[in-house]
Amino acid sequence: MCAKRIHLPDPRSAVTNDIIIDKITPGSRVVDLGCGDATLVARLRDDHGCDVFGVELDDDAFIKGIEKGVPMLQTDLNSGLAELPSQSFDFAILSQTLQQIDRPLDLLNEIFRVAKRALVVVPNFAHWRIRLQVALRGRAPVTDHLPYEWYESPNVHFLSLVDFRELASQGNFRVLRELPIIGDRAVKKAYFANLRAHSALYVLERSAPVLPQDELSPQEKTVAASV
Amino acid sequence: MSTDFAETDSSSSSPDGFVERQSATLFAPPSPLVLESGETLGPITVAYQTYGTLSPRKDNVIYICHALTGDAHVAGRHNEKERKPGWWNGFIGPGKAIDTNRYFVVCSNILGGCQGTTGPSSENPQTGKPYGPDFPFITIRDIVNVHNALLDHLGIENVLAVVGGSLGGMQVLEWVVNRPERVGAAIVLASGPKLNAQGIAFNAVGRRAIYSDPLFQDGWYYGEEEKPHFGLALARMVAHITYLSEQSIELKFGRKLQNGDEFGFDLKSETEFQIESYLHYQGNRFVERFDANSYLTLTRAMDYFDLGEAYGSIADAFSRVQSRFLVISYDTDWLYPTPQSKEIVRALVDAKRHVTFKELKSAYGHDAFLIDQELPKLGSLVSPFLARTYSDRQ
Repeated sequence: MCAKRIHLPDPRSAVTNDIIIDKITPGSRVVDLGCGDATLVARLRDDHGCDVFGVELDDDAFIKGIEKGVPMLQTDLNSGLAELPSQSFDFAILSQTLQQIDRPLDLLNEIFRVAKRALVVVPNFAHWRIRLQVALRGRAPVTDHLPYEWYESPNVHFLSLVDFRELASQGNFRVLRELPIIGDRAVKKAYFANLRAHSALYVLERSAPVLPQDELSPQEKTVAASV
Repeated sequence: MSTDFAETDSSSSSPDGFVERQSATLFAPPSPLVLESGETLGPITVAYQTYGTLSPRKDNVIYICHALTGDAHVAGRHNEKERKPGWWNGFIGPGKAIDTNRYFVVCSNILGGCQGTTGPSSENPQTGKPYGPDFPFITIRDIVNVHNALLDHLGIENVLAVVGGSLGGMQVLEWVVNRPERVGAAIVLASGPKLNAQGIAFNAVGRRAIYSDPLFQDGWYYGEEEKPHFGLALARMVAHITYLSEQSIELKFGRKLQNGDEFGFDLKSETEFQIESYLHYQGNRFVERFDANSYLTLTRAMDYFDLGEAYGSIADAFSRVQSRFLVISYDTDWLYPTPQSKEIVRALVDAKRHVTFKELKSAYGHDAFLIDQELPKLGSLVSPFLARTYSDRQ
């Protein structure tokens, strides 16, 4: 942990969850990737009649999900989503996790094999406070909600809203909406969003039909190709 | 035939705290069990044990399905002289992962077994002699049909959960697909929708060992002075290797010698290494409690089980289930490796069913779900899963 912090609203807060829930059609089938203790999916189930599923790696969080009666899968998102059949979900949620994934584009493509739409929340490392910290102090960014020294951080990628838009142009999906989160609100349009937003919610949609070979996970494809 | 179990006997624990083996006679004439093969069998005696107290609403029942060579004695002791308690004593009991202060646990010996339930060593009522090789071919579905008949007999409509590992897990899978209306939750441990070819191969070696025992006499050895112990012990030795992992054998035995520190340079010595001695011990102990014909019968039932084949596909099979699932595999299990559990999970997600899955890390291989040191990890998942299922059904 680091003493030098910049105060920014917690992106895993109930506020962010409210913003996500607002974008999900009641009654949908939803998977939350990196769901933590399954608070968000339990709310989607109880208040919105959603059929939910949680994916989480951490042991303690996983058990908390079981206690909430949420169906859970323990797996590392870096190893793909082979346990999830193609087109089995209406929505996938990936909140504040993409920056921790080894190969974000592979995971996003994999997400659109299993889900029609995705709600992805990413931190914005181009926020002006972070820019100042890097420029003035010459130190790697450490913030309230990403309070890790560079050598112990689970965040392996540092991206901005501009960077994410560029990534999104390369996958089998497209950006339906970009909602910068400024303070406690997701705003439809903001001046200088890439400077002011601490994170952003992206509503993404599958752009290409799922082909039969998409039934295979990346690992299975590698195996199939090598046989 | 149904009796109101709650009124007659709500717990089998005797006043001194010991558990008693009970038995029920089912499928008496004129209504024998029609087996999957088309043959009929009856009457069938079923040995079972119960723990805890059946709730007034009869909604706290947990049915334990045992693995290949297990029995109804799942926990507790029959008397003070009994050295070892039941096979899952570390897991089932007051305050344990399956808490008998809360739940009413039932475990029965399986059809085709030899520990109190009708099997090849039981008397054939038509001849007055043991069935022997005349015992009909049975399948996992037949075994599960007997479990269900026992529930009927006990006057229990629905179970909160069925729990089983290995062959017991296969019974759980068959049960939830065959009688979906009866089961609230299914807990499948170290199991799969079918045995892979490697598993069938090991079973084949075990059966060949039994067939080639000169004392086996095509299965007609009952009443003989000496039973066919050699082949059965060998079958157990082979099977036992599949229950362990490379890591656990290495940790426990390594290349340590049994007697002294030096090689004996004696080919006749069958127990030079400690692992050899251990396997011989396991084999010898096994023949004291198990019947060769039962071993043949049950390994065949295990080989034949194929959930996807029987119902079109596994996802089709699961489209009929209503239960929620907890599926657990062990990373060092090579008899029922993790991908087999994942196949179940994929099919359940495909069928839009409630499933929770975790691969546990363990050095102990397939046997991990029975090893005391591994039970806390298992319990940390099973206990909240059962508690939540129970409260959701209130």
